[in-house]
Amino acid sequence: MIRLSLEIGQTQKPEAILFYILAPLSVLASLGMLVVRKAVHAALLLAWVMITLAIFYIALDAAFLGIVQIVVYTGAVMMLFLFILMLVGVDAPDSLTENIKGHRVVAIAAALGFGGLLISLIGRATLNHVSVGLAMANEPGNVQGLASLIFTQYVFPFEVVSALLITAALGAMVLAHSQKSAGARLSQRALSSARFRGDSLANAAGLPSSGVFARHNAVDVPALLPDGTPAKNSISGVLSARGDIQDPTQYALGSLPKVDDEGGDK
Amino acid sequence: MNSANYLYLSAMLFTIGAVGVVIRRNAIVVFMCIELMLNAANLAFVTFARINGTLDGQVIAFFTMVVAACEVVVGLAIIVTIFRSRRSTSVDDASLLKR
Repeated sequence: MIRLSLEIGQTQKPEAILFYILAPLSVLASLGMLVVRKAVHAALLLAWVMITLAIFYIALDAAFLGIVQIVVYTGAVMMLFLFILMLVGVDAPDSLTENIKGHRVVAIAAALGFGGLLISLIGRATLNHVSVGLAMANEPGNVQGLASLIFTQYVFPFEVVSALLITAALGAMVLAHSQKSAGARLSQRALSSARFRGDSLANAAGLPSSGVFARHNAVDVPALLPDGTPAKNSISGVLSARGDIQDPTQYALGSLPKVDDEGGDK
Repeated sequence: MNSANYLYLSAMLFTIGAVGVVIRRNAIVVFMCIELMLNAANLAFVTFARINGTLDGQVIAFFTMVVAACEVVVGLAIIVTIFRSRRSTSVDDASLLKR
């Protein structure tokens, strides 16, 4: 029965159920990539699409590729994407204004035409096609079958691809290396003269430290100036950019409590 | 279920990826859409491997994965370089030749 169903190009029922559940989910996730504002969400949706594709590979008798898909794509490549997102700022705004007028409408129309063409082409090309199945080719095992192909028939493309991989690694190192970090640091002398010969001597003894005296000394609470206003330069610029600053006035003393001199005469 | 359904899915994912490349502005998201297109092509390769009963399609899909990994490494390095000089990853901001 299974043999027969494979011979007329049909797959078994569990695979059909798997496909009809996962395929709409992967299409929905990839559509979501087009509309989400934040790049991190797009990365998560793409990771989901890649996991569903890995499941499809395993269902398609390509166990090795399924595992490689998870390890390389959802493991390495998506990690690299998230790492770069962290580097360039997670909240880098994605403007949704159109620079070229109507280009989104034209893009979607062209995509509908292209997709329709592709799908109708597949529909006509594979009509009445007999699916052979990989039972014969996977006889010694999927990995063994792939290895015997890669290291005999495809050995030259394999070597070329490894050369490409090394070149890409070198290229990334050259591109990501910044010349600025080598000699741009200010010397001790330059820093010192900037501090004492600058516009004001207000910070000559160093920036004020954070926290409100004797009440709260965390780094996210700006110091209070004698007139009760928070000192902006007492906290790190990173914290103020993120908006992680607490209101220091809640730790300020409204008025000094009366000192009760115990044992003194009243 | 016919094996050709995988090819339909592959065509849809490829088309969606192409739309993303055209309409998204963040260079990193554009790159993700290119990855989606490569993955869709891989799915077609693996499906054809089963339809034809040979492992050649899987070998080609394997090579595609390696090339895609190279492309991501170099492309993300370029994005970091552009971000370092222009403080933006929007593809619209890299328009020096226009002016």
